Amino acid sequence: MPGKMTISEKILARHAGLDEVTVGQIVNAKVDWVLANELSGVLAIQELHKAGIEKLFDPDRIILVPDHFTPNKDIKAAELAAVFREFARTHNVTNYFEIGRMGIEHVLIPEEGLIAPGELIIGGDSHTCTYGALGAFATGVGSTDVAAGFAIGEVWLRVPPSIKVVLGGKLKGWASAKDVVLTMIGELGVDGAVYRSLEFAGDGLAHLGMSDRLTIANMAIEAGAKTGVFPADRVTEEYLKGRVSRKWRAEPPDEGAHYERTLKLDLSAIEPVVAKPALPENVAPARDLRDVKIDQALIGACTNGRLEDLRVAAKVLAGRKVHPSVRVIVLPGSQRVYKQALEEGIIGALIDAQCAVSTPTCGACVGGHMGVLAKGEVCVSTTNRNFVGRMGHPESKVYLAGPAVAAASAVLGRIGTPEEVVG
Amino acid sequence: MKIKGKAWKYGRNVDTDVIIPGRYCHLSEPEDIAPHCLEDLDAEFAGKVKKGDVIVAEDNFGCGSSRELAPLAIKSCGVGAVIASSFARIFYRNSINVGLPIFECEEAVAGTEAGDEIEVEPGTGAIRNLTKGTSFQARGFPPFIQDIINAGGLMNYVVSRLGGAGRSQG
Repeated sequence: MPGKMTISEKILARHAGLDEVTVGQIVNAKVDWVLANELSGVLAIQELHKAGIEKLFDPDRIILVPDHFTPNKDIKAAELAAVFREFARTHNVTNYFEIGRMGIEHVLIPEEGLIAPGELIIGGDSHTCTYGALGAFATGVGSTDVAAGFAIGEVWLRVPPSIKVVLGGKLKGWASAKDVVLTMIGELGVDGAVYRSLEFAGDGLAHLGMSDRLTIANMAIEAGAKTGVFPADRVTEEYLKGRVSRKWRAEPPDEGAHYERTLKLDLSAIEPVVAKPALPENVAPARDLRDVKIDQALIGACTNGRLEDLRVAAKVLAGRKVHPSVRVIVLPGSQRVYKQALEEGIIGALIDAQCAVSTPTCGACVGGHMGVLAKGEVCVSTTNRNFVGRMGHPESKVYLAGPAVAAASAVLGRIGTPEEVVG
Repeated sequence: MKIKGKAWKYGRNVDTDVIIPGRYCHLSEPEDIAPHCLEDLDAEFAGKVKKGDVIVAEDNFGCGSSRELAPLAIKSCGVGAVIASSFARIFYRNSINVGLPIFECEEAVAGTEAGDEIEVEPGTGAIRNLTKGTSFQARGFPPFIQDIINAGGLMNYVVSRLGGAGRSQG
């Protein structure tokens, strides 16, 4: 009989062909998916060329999404995208998503039904951990690991210790999944979960939809974690209906599995918060930061670019106007999200409120294009990082928040709470 | 071969966005990225760093983005090694994969000031602060990781696994 294992341990054991794994053990595991964007992907392609490798382990198991500096921001970015596209064509990569058919990878990929519970995914993007929302073990790696994954469909991983995050109760008022994850990072610190897996549990899960879970898992890396994984349950099954038709096997945690520590969060006590510059752990209640004037608000991206997020933003902004000294950039997470938001009247309401709505891109979040900040400018952003220079000039500042606080701040011209705007 | 140079000392949570900002991530040639290494944290670094110099930093070095350009930028500047109290995990993997020598040693970090002359023996993890006359021992790597380092990076390991299958001729 194998020992009692956590979700992460069970997924790693199965993919390594072992009955059991223990914390600290290094395993060679077969991956279900290897993904890359055009930045990580092109470096991986160069590694394959240098090594003289011409054959991929399985073109049906590779996902390529050009989303960072696309639509191409300049000639260099265009050339990167061209190399990426050519590679996808040459190798008949099934899941290559071109502009107009794509989305920000971590919004698009679950939406397309490419991820199922119990799977093992590596991706050349640190926010690959997002797919933990679906009960998968998903972790970010660099380009050389991606190249190795492309070539042999395997990855070496050190079995991480797990931290159990018990979520109890139900969110109240305007508090959102983003406030949950920021509060959690505030408690753990940005290195609180380094080399570790976060595993979510508790009766609060029943009240967190898939969109909420994706937002929370997305930022596991911001506590340093290897992944943040939710148990697959009825919410997961509901989400997978009509998306995933292949067989999948969830890996629930064993009764008595070992956790290094347990962190408890009462969802009903969580309020809208903001992470101040320049670390996601600098968390404070949004109501305490009302003297912070803003120049820009960004709503969307891989953390909060789903339909549910845009609905919240529209609830605050509809019938109102963005403050005269503020620019609002809205980044729907995918073409599908964009279209649904259009059909629901959300996009119209946001445009009437004087927001700029962009095609899906990571550009603004990484300080690439579509909303780069000037020296001294302040942005409230629903993205996941507020490091020095993240969105532009090293003397610009990023405050991380959920869609409700970002939208309210856009109307107020300073950081504020949705209650101040909507009542 | 020993690594020897001046220490550049930084604090906790040096993230990959300050190691190489996103605005340069569409560049890939070493000579294009090297001038921008650490520019948002220490504008003088890229201009003054000498071959063999050592970055010495506190916990969670390399946190944030998975960009492999971060260890590549540091390597492109001529930095001989990074010594940190701890590394963020993706940066740790990437450094091993691209052949940037990294060492975990809290004591060496605590016992080093900016500008100290540092010597590192990559094979053993022995660290000496020549300015202060002190010695430290970095934590060893697990055997599997040491094998990758000895093979000269992950792709060499992959090539040997493939053993000719899937490789082009010549």
